[in-house]
Amino acid sequence: MFRILQKTFRVGMATKDYPQVSARIAEQFRGRPVFDLAAWRDARPAAAACPTGAIKSGDHGIVRSVAIDYGRCIFCGECAAASDDAGVRMSKEFELATMSREELVLTAQFSLHADGTHDALMNSTGGPGSEPIGMRVSAAIQELLGRSLAIREVDAGSCNGCEQEIVALNNPVHDIERFGMHFVASPRHADMLLVTGPVTRNMELALRKTYMATPDPKVVVAVGACGIGGGIFGTNYASLGGVDAVIPVDVYVPGCPPRPEALLHGILLAVGRLRRKDAGRPGAENTAATSVVHRK
Amino acid sequence: MTFLEELQDMFPEQVVSVDETIYEQPVVLLNGPDATAITKYFLEDHGARLVTVFAEDRVAPEGVFYLYYVFDKAGNPSWVIVKAPVRAQDGSFPSMAAELPAINWQEREIQDWFGIEAAGHPNPRRVALHDNWPDVHPLRKEFAIDAVLPPFEGEQHIYRPTLGEGVLQIPVGPVHAGIIEPGHFNFAVAGEPILYLQLRMFYTHKGTEKLFENLPIHRAVFLAESISGDSAFSHGTAFCMAIELAAEIEVPARARYMRTILLELERLANHVGDVGAIATDVGFVIANAHAGRVREMLLGLCETLTGSRVLRGMVAIGGVRRDWDAAQIAAIDDTLQVVEREFRDLVGMIESSDSTLDRLEHTGILRPEKAKMLGVVGVGGRASGIDLDVRRDHPYAAYGEVEFHVPVYQQGDVWHRAQVRIDEVGESLRIVRAALAMLPQGPFRAPAKPIPPGRCALSAVEGWRGEIIHWVRTGENNQLERCKVKDPSINNWPAIVEAVEGNIVADFPVINKSFNLSYSGTDR
Repeated sequence: MFRILQKTFRVGMATKDYPQVSARIAEQFRGRPVFDLAAWRDARPAAAACPTGAIKSGDHGIVRSVAIDYGRCIFCGECAAASDDAGVRMSKEFELATMSREELVLTAQFSLHADGTHDALMNSTGGPGSEPIGMRVSAAIQELLGRSLAIREVDAGSCNGCEQEIVALNNPVHDIERFGMHFVASPRHADMLLVTGPVTRNMELALRKTYMATPDPKVVVAVGACGIGGGIFGTNYASLGGVDAVIPVDVYVPGCPPRPEALLHGILLAVGRLRRKDAGRPGAENTAATSVVHRK
Repeated sequence: MTFLEELQDMFPEQVVSVDETIYEQPVVLLNGPDATAITKYFLEDHGARLVTVFAEDRVAPEGVFYLYYVFDKAGNPSWVIVKAPVRAQDGSFPSMAAELPAINWQEREIQDWFGIEAAGHPNPRRVALHDNWPDVHPLRKEFAIDAVLPPFEGEQHIYRPTLGEGVLQIPVGPVHAGIIEPGHFNFAVAGEPILYLQLRMFYTHKGTEKLFENLPIHRAVFLAESISGDSAFSHGTAFCMAIELAAEIEVPARARYMRTILLELERLANHVGDVGAIATDVGFVIANAHAGRVREMLLGLCETLTGSRVLRGMVAIGGVRRDWDAAQIAAIDDTLQVVEREFRDLVGMIESSDSTLDRLEHTGILRPEKAKMLGVVGVGGRASGIDLDVRRDHPYAAYGEVEFHVPVYQQGDVWHRAQVRIDEVGESLRIVRAALAMLPQGPFRAPAKPIPPGRCALSAVEGWRGEIIHWVRTGENNQLERCKVKDPSINNWPAIVEAVEGNIVADFPVINKSFNLSYSGTDR
C-alpha cells in the first residue's frame, strides 16, 4: 500500500490538457492530407495509390472531377508520396469530426492539358472545417446531463484498431472522466453510442437492437474510416459499410484509428448535438427508438 | 537419405512430386485428398506439429480444390507443405478433426467457405458462417465479392442444450460490457462454477480473405494491417514477407532491422497493456492506470517512428516506407529506459499484492496436454508448456542475428500467462537494443518491381499473440489469387473453453483477458 502511494506521488499528474490547449503530438504524426488544389498538377497518381478509394478521379473530355472523401481516408500518406508536385502534403490536423457525411467530401473540377495534367482549377466544394470545441463543452455537459455523459461502445465489426484508442480514453493520460464522461456496460444506461465498423452482416441485428435499447435523446458517433464508410472493406457480401447504413449517425470521426484526442473532439462535438436534440424534444417522455431507418 | 526422399520412399503411390522452389518450404503434392497417413507419419514418427490446414479453389484452371497441410518439425527451420487435391466432382476430403482437435474449426471453415465436405467430422456444424446464412460459399471463385445476400432468417445460432437439475445457461454478447470485440459466449453453470462454455465467433467476418483476391497487391498491404488492428505491423509484415518470398524481392538489411524493432515495439505496447488489464480485471485498478501510462509512452514512440501510434502505414513490400533520422533513433533508447524502469515498478506493485496474486494463481488453468492437443500457440501456449516461437524456430527479419530467451512455463494459469508477458517485455527490450546497436546503414526499401503471377509462398511471424501465418498465390495484373490468413487466435479460442471449466463466471473476464485473443483476426 505504501509502495502504491509512494509511486502515485512520485509520478504526479499524467493527464494531458487537451482540448484546453492544443495536443502535443509527434512531429511525424500523419493527420489530414491537405490538397493545395491550385498547385496540384495531377490527381491520378494519388487516386491510384489510395488504398481505400477515398480519392477518386474521373475525366470527361477535358474536365477532370476529383472527389476526396476524408471519411474513408486511412491517413497512410500514399497520396502525398505518389504526387510529385506540391499539391498534396500530410498535415498534423486531426480534429476532423463533422456532423454530416457530406462535409467530409471535398470535390474539385479541373480543366486539363493534353497530357492529362491539370490546367486550371475550375471549382471546388466541401472538405472538413474543424469546429472549435474547447472548454465550453464541459459546461454543456454539466448543464445538460448533470456532470455525466454515459457512453456505450459498440464494435459492429471493427478490426480492434479503433477499440484500442477508445480504451486509451480511459487511461490517466487521456482520462475522459475529467469531462464527466464514462463508458457504461449497457445501452440502457447510455446517452451516446460510439460505434466502430464496418457493420458486418453478422452484427447488423445486434447494432439495431443496441440502438433500440438506448433511451432518447441519444446521439450516435461513427468512429473511424470503417465506421464512416466501410474503410478499406467497403461494402461486400459480409460488410454493410458504414454505421449510417443501419442506424442514423450524428457525428463522424475520421481516422484509422482516430487518435484519442480526435475521438475526444468528436465526442465533444456530439455533446453539442445532444443538447440541441434535447431542446427539440416533444415531451419529457422517452419516445423510444421506433425510427430505425435504412438509409442509403 | 533426406527426409523428403524418405517420405517419397514411404508413400510411393501417394506422393506425386516434391517441389522445392522455395527454400525451406518444400511442397509435397499428393495424388488425392487423403492426407491422413502422411499426417500420422509426420506427427508420430517425426514429432512434427500440424500448424494449419486451409483450402484454395482451383476448379476453373485445374478442376480441383487444393487442401494445404502445413507441418512444423521441432528443431528444423523448414516447413513442409502437403498439398492434397480434392476433385470438384467429389467435393469431399477425410476429416482428421476427431484425432486432431487442433483443426476442428479450420476444417469446418473450409466446409463453410468452400462448400467441400470434411467427411466424418465429429461436429460438422457451421463455424465460419452463422446458422442464419443462406447456402453460399464465399471463397469459391464463382461467388462474387459484392454479392447481395437476402435478409437472414431463422436463428443466428443453434446451441447444444445443457440439461440437468439446477443447470442454467447464461448468454453473453455479442455486445459486451467492456470495450472489446463482439462474440457470443453461452455459459452453462451450476451455481457459480462454469460447467461448459459454448463460443460463437465470426461476428466480425467482413470478407477479408475474399477481398485480398480483389485488391491490387500494393493496396492489399493496408488490408493486411486491418486483419487485427492491435497486430497491424505483425500482420502487415507477414503479408509483405509472403509477397517478397513469392516475387524474390530481397529486403535490405536496414529494413530487416527496422522491422524487428517495430515488431518488438508492437509486442511491448500490447504486453504492457495486457499486464495492466489482467490486474484491473481482478480489481487492481491502479496497476492498470500505470500500465496505461507506460503504454502511452510506447505508442508515442511508435508515432515518432512511423507516424502512427499503432504502427500503420509503415511496412511495405520490400522493406519499410520511411527511414529514421538520428533524432528518431535516439527517441527509442530514451523512451525504453523510462519504460523499463516504470514497468519494473508496475510488476513489483502487482507481485507485492497478495490479494491480486491470489486471484490470478490457479485460475483458468490450461493443462499442457490439453494445450498440445488443441495446438495452442503464442503466449497462451508458452504458459502451458508449448515451447514454440517463430522468431527462434523460423527466424525472419533480423531475429537470426539477435539473442533472446523464450520463456516457457508449465502451470498454465492466468498468472503464468501474465508471467510470460512480463518475461517477454524484458526480452523485447533486449532485442530492440541489440537491433538498434547493429542497425545497418543503407537503403530501407527494395526498388518496386512487378510481382510475377502463379507464385506461392508461406510466411510466419511471431506476433505478440503468437504465430501468424500468411500464404499467398499471386495472380495476373498485380493481384492475388488467394491469401490465407491464420491468426493465432483461431487455435486458441477452444483453449479458453478448456481453461474456464470449473472456474466461476466472475473469473471469466480475467481468464479471457489473459489469453487476449483477436476476434477480428479469427473472423476475418
